[in-house]
Amino acid sequence: MNILLILIPLALALGGLGLAAFLWSLSNRQYEDLDGAAWRALMDDEAPVLPRSEDGR
Amino acid sequence: MATALATPAADLRQFLRLSPDEAFASLDLAVEGIKCAACMATIERAISREPGVVAARVNLGARRLHVTFERREADPARILRRLDELGFKAYPFSPRHSEDSKAQEMRRLLRCLGVAAFASMNVMLLSVAVWSGHETGLDATTRDLFHWLSALIALPTAAYSGRPFYESAIAALKARRVNMDVPITLGICLALVMSVFEVLRHGEHAYFDGVVMLLFFLLIGRTLDQVMQRRTQLVAANLAALRAEHATKRLPDGTWRDVPIDMVEPGDVILVRIGDRVAADGRIEDGRSDIDQSLVTGETAHRAVRPGDEVYAGTQNLGGALVIRVLKSQEGTLLAGVERLLAQAAQTKGAYIRLADRAARLYPPFVHTVALLTFIGWMMMGLGWHDALMIAITVLIITCPCALGLAVPAVQVVAAGAMFRNGILIQSGDAIERLAEIDRVVFDKTGTLTLPAADIANRDEIPADDLALAARLALTSRHPLAAAISAQDRSAKPLSTAREVPGEGVKACHSGQVVRLGSATFCEAIPEAEALAARFPGASIVAFRHGERLALFAIRQPYREDAAATIAALGAMKLPTEIISGDRPRAVAEAARDLGIANWRGGALPGDKVTWLQQMKQFGARPLMIGDGLNDAPALAAGHASIAPASASQLAQTQADFLLVGQRLGAILPAIRIARKARWLMLENLWISVVYNLIAVPVAILGHATPLVAALAMSGSSIIVTLNALRAGRISGEGPGERP
Repeated sequence: MNILLILIPLALALGGLGLAAFLWSLSNRQYEDLDGAAWRALMDDEAPVLPRSEDGR
Repeated sequence: MATALATPAADLRQFLRLSPDEAFASLDLAVEGIKCAACMATIERAISREPGVVAARVNLGARRLHVTFERREADPARILRRLDELGFKAYPFSPRHSEDSKAQEMRRLLRCLGVAAFASMNVMLLSVAVWSGHETGLDATTRDLFHWLSALIALPTAAYSGRPFYESAIAALKARRVNMDVPITLGICLALVMSVFEVLRHGEHAYFDGVVMLLFFLLIGRTLDQVMQRRTQLVAANLAALRAEHATKRLPDGTWRDVPIDMVEPGDVILVRIGDRVAADGRIEDGRSDIDQSLVTGETAHRAVRPGDEVYAGTQNLGGALVIRVLKSQEGTLLAGVERLLAQAAQTKGAYIRLADRAARLYPPFVHTVALLTFIGWMMMGLGWHDALMIAITVLIITCPCALGLAVPAVQVVAAGAMFRNGILIQSGDAIERLAEIDRVVFDKTGTLTLPAADIANRDEIPADDLALAARLALTSRHPLAAAISAQDRSAKPLSTAREVPGEGVKACHSGQVVRLGSATFCEAIPEAEALAARFPGASIVAFRHGERLALFAIRQPYREDAAATIAALGAMKLPTEIISGDRPRAVAEAARDLGIANWRGGALPGDKVTWLQQMKQFGARPLMIGDGLNDAPALAAGHASIAPASASQLAQTQADFLLVGQRLGAILPAIRIARKARWLMLENLWISVVYNLIAVPVAILGHATPLVAALAMSGSSIIVTLNALRAGRISGEGPGERP
């Protein structure tokens, strides 16, 4: 049963990691706009090529 | 003089909020027309390229844009112009304090929920091992270890995640009331204490899993409740910003400046231009004009005002510019009367008891009596006090209202979402239940059955060239009636010679002749105007004279496009309809005839409306009141349920249970259907909880409620209730009783 002494803390630590991630994302206001977030995943970060850039890139 | 004043742009800088280190400034905008992710991307890319902008982020759910500027380069006006070029109308606003605190409350609930979820998963992990250990012969030491670990997780969790319930229970007890949170708190505390004692004496059963699971399910219910309230609040705040209420105030140095309406205080002097709405109640200091009071009294005839007269917020200035000294709202006689009526209506209304609260009233005495009887019963059967107490506490745990706490909020959230998609916003929590019970519909006329904007009623009778010329003339005037005429021809260009004669109309020279547009007196057409007024009782008459030619426009507010169809559909749903309006009886009679409503009353004062609704209620009727004016506000409060269009006066909006977004009156049909279905599902859910208790309680009384049984029963009933609630979302806009 010694294996329990490793496995139980491990399970708790993993769960705690999930909880910490949730609390972090909550304090980071990631749940303010769920509709928008759903679409943001599909969008490019920044338009890499600007259609009418001043220096003609 | 005031009339010569150019419109100053509203000072947008007052909406800027500085970051704590004052290096950045941010601006919140409510944006009209954001529909999809593409709009979101377009706006964010365009705005973040503006000079001085550090970041721009759209909140798609709330239809808002948050812009962060370098503080020194902040230029809100430029952002509004850019959005306008992109085709979006935006309005700055300062988030209300209540909104911030609601958002904090929401985050707190989510934190509690997250902790409870973590705890219930891990405690359940340990509990499953213990339960299977009962069969496979887990040794007592390991079981104790698992119980101690469970306690280590459950105790802090209960202390942290349970606070929303404890606080509410303590508040209720302080007010000498009992709410649902009292038995919940009692149950949680007793179960924890008992479990700790059990573990200390190496007992077989501990209920830590039951406690954290209970918290988890109850917190889901609480969070759903908050989600619904918050969504409504966001949209309502946007609507308020979109109405962009500004007033032109005289500063101490004598200059005029546009300020948000909140910044106008009693004693200030404000300017109301032609066509503007009066921003606050006040007494006229300078200027003469006609006032359209339809939003306040429902009366469509205009009132002539002069210095010394009182005017009310929400009325529209038609004639000439007015300078007004703002009075305290108590001083305005009409508003004071309306507020007195409101208080009276709220008193006689009698508190409506929500379904959930009715269940909550029956629940604690029932549960506590059963637990007590169980304890006494087992003692008399000769069981030791320890075992008898154990069984009594398991009764408390198993009856804990998981399903009851979810039964109503889950349905409400789903129903609120369905209504939202149909253009209806819910303003109060018990509104759905009350809307489901209505058995007749009472309409206000002006602004409710009719649209707030005016239109020409006798357009077919007017020669096209007269109409075209009149439209060009009308462009010069800011009078709202003129707007109805100029709207007929979008491509019209103003006549260069046109000038406005305040209080009379517009005149100009056109091909060698004088053309005039304005009052009947101004155009020397009084007999003709009287004849036309007799044919269109509710209309305002505008005359047009071009030499010998004369045209008369009967201008009135057109009916909402689907008003007649909606009333017919309500009839098909066996809901009788009536009109009660502050307008002249003749105008009301005409509307009633046109829309096919048999019962109507005209010339009703705000008090008459309330009395009428209260009489109905005395005879057992449950009227739904739909109105928009300030004069409707007491009636909206007196109705069993109430709806106001989004164009309604502010007081009416705050009194209404529901807001109608958009121009379609027909949205009330799906709303009623959704509410009925939702009420049915709430009742069904409450019955499911009762049936659950009928099964679970005897098991617990007999002493068979092991932690395993409790866990299965509680989660099972909660899941059934939630799944059942989801059916409320399946009601679409179409259905029996509605015609397309």
